[in-house]
Amino acid sequence: MAAHPGGLTAVEPSVRTRTGARTGPGAPTVSVRGLIRGFGPKGVLNGVDLDIAPGEFVALLGPSGCGKSTLLRALAGLDHDVKGSGVINVPDRVSVVFQDSRLLPWDTVLGNVTLGLRDHDADTKARRALAEVGLAGREKSWPHELSGGEQQRVALARSLVREPQLLLADEPFGALDALTRIKMHGLLRELVSAHRPAVLLVTHDVDEAIALSDRIVVLDSGLVATVRTVAPEIGSAVDAAGHEALRRDLLTALGVDVNAASH
Amino acid sequence: MSAPTVERPAVAPHQDPALAGRDDVRPTGRRLGPGRRRRLAWLLGPSALLLLWTAASATGLLDPRILSEPWTVVATAGELIADGRLQENLAISAQRAGLGLFFGIVVGALLALVSGLSRAGEAFIDGPVQIKRAIPGLALIPLLILWFGIDETMKVLTITLGVFVPIYLQTHAGLRGIDLRYVELAQTVGLGRAGFIRKVVLPGALPGFFLGLRFAVTGAWVSLVVVEQINSTSGIGYMMELARTYGQTNIIVLGLAVYGILGLLSDGIVRLIERKALSWQRTLAG
Ligand SMILES: Nc1ncnc2c1ncn2[C@@H]1O[C@H](COP(=O)(O)OP(=O)(O)OP(=O)(O)O)[C@@H](O)[C@H]1O
Ligand SMILES: [Mg+2]
Repeated sequence: MAAHPGGLTAVEPSVRTRTGARTGPGAPTVSVRGLIRGFGPKGVLNGVDLDIAPGEFVALLGPSGCGKSTLLRALAGLDHDVKGSGVINVPDRVSVVFQDSRLLPWDTVLGNVTLGLRDHDADTKARRALAEVGLAGREKSWPHELSGGEQQRVALARSLVREPQLLLADEPFGALDALTRIKMHGLLRELVSAHRPAVLLVTHDVDEAIALSDRIVVLDSGLVATVRTVAPEIGSAVDAAGHEALRRDLLTALGVDVNAASH
Repeated sequence: MSAPTVERPAVAPHQDPALAGRDDVRPTGRRLGPGRRRRLAWLLGPSALLLLWTAASATGLLDPRILSEPWTVVATAGELIADGRLQENLAISAQRAGLGLFFGIVVGALLALVSGLSRAGEAFIDGPVQIKRAIPGLALIPLLILWFGIDETMKVLTITLGVFVPIYLQTHAGLRGIDLRYVELAQTVGLGRAGFIRKVVLPGALPGFFLGLRFAVTGAWVSLVVVEQINSTSGIGYMMELARTYGQTNIIVLGLAVYGILGLLSDGIVRLIERKALSWQRTLAG
């Protein structure tokens, strides 16, 4: 299906398939081709192409309102009523972490983690996942009894307990304070290296993107404008050579006047 | 600026004896909610009412021909219990109200579920229920008598028709008020239709259902009075109607008191269940 960079000239039905079988060696976990989405007359996504390899961590940056959430929701299959076209291939097991923890207030922490799990040992798995995020012993709590950071950790446990091949996260730490956010980065890194899902993380934080991801994609005017790979040594240390250059590079791509913005 | 501070007796939330029993000095902001719930506080209002009645009767302010004295009513209750009439009539009344309530709850909740979860259901169900809502329950009784005669079916049906409307309305509103974000969540964790209803829809609609239930319980007693006072040969309402023809104010007042106690008790029970079932909620009610 062709991309229509000019806008929504033609609204074709979009194709979204779950291709658990197509994960042979070399095949990407996610493949998006010519993705077009729009609300009303103006297009939001104007032909996005994106591949994510198995186990790859991709960060999605872009100015506010550029369509990051729209892309993520398309991958999650949550855009039933949005007009558009394009081809999306995602694996069978996809987990989503939202900006709000989105815990059911009427269910316990454990109930929230096991939500939708059909395994006979769901409880055992959920307890293990809660222990992994440092919340052992809080299984019986109500969500409102947890702090914001703890709630978001439950949401992480809920998404990881189903062993996703793809983890979609839309500004999962956006509502957290800086200190908690740094701790959550460490936790997410550990969890991802233990479970090896492919990850698409939407963020507005350049440093978060560099710290966590293997590759950074910048969205602009509904298209993939910039792609940067992050060398492992750059991601793990802020004082590494090339870190500052990459940071400036990305800020420029995001339309920030780097010289004016730096102190 | 200094915050107002109060000193309060030290209470010990701590297990550790070294930490327990220390002073508890804290600034207290102005609390806008009603504060902590106190047990049996709900009895206060009804007790005050009873006290007022007793005082008015004892001082002769209230003519016994207008309203019997509380002690006369108690004595009458004793007599009627001794000859078994009160229990007998109460049992039959409770059975009618219970059956009507049961069918009304089932019908109302099911209709709300179907109408809330499917557009077709809403198109077919919501309109007729709104029409039923606009017709006073009493206005249907002549028709129901023509169709079903004056036996129990008609009585239970009248109560059911009165009960299902508030259950439907509140459950439907509660269900429609469920945050769309939870619906999305249900989709992303792969819940099926049944799981979605069990884990998201029913718990989410429960607060609305309970509100409806409180209206329904009150409504059931009201309908009961009406059906028992026309064309009945048993029940509390019949007992009162009979008393009217003999001018026995004390029995009439006793009947009213019984209805009042039943209403208060059933509302208390609903609230108790509600509090247990909705313990996850953080509301002003506490
Ligand atoms: N449900 C909707 N109805 C109408 N317009 C919408 C809707 N959702 C998003 N949009 C519009 O689509 C555009 C992209 O929105 P989107 O939420 O994808 O942005 P974003 O990149 O995630 O922004 P942010 O960083 O602020 O979260 C915005 O202009 C927004 O106004
Ligand atoms: Mg967004």
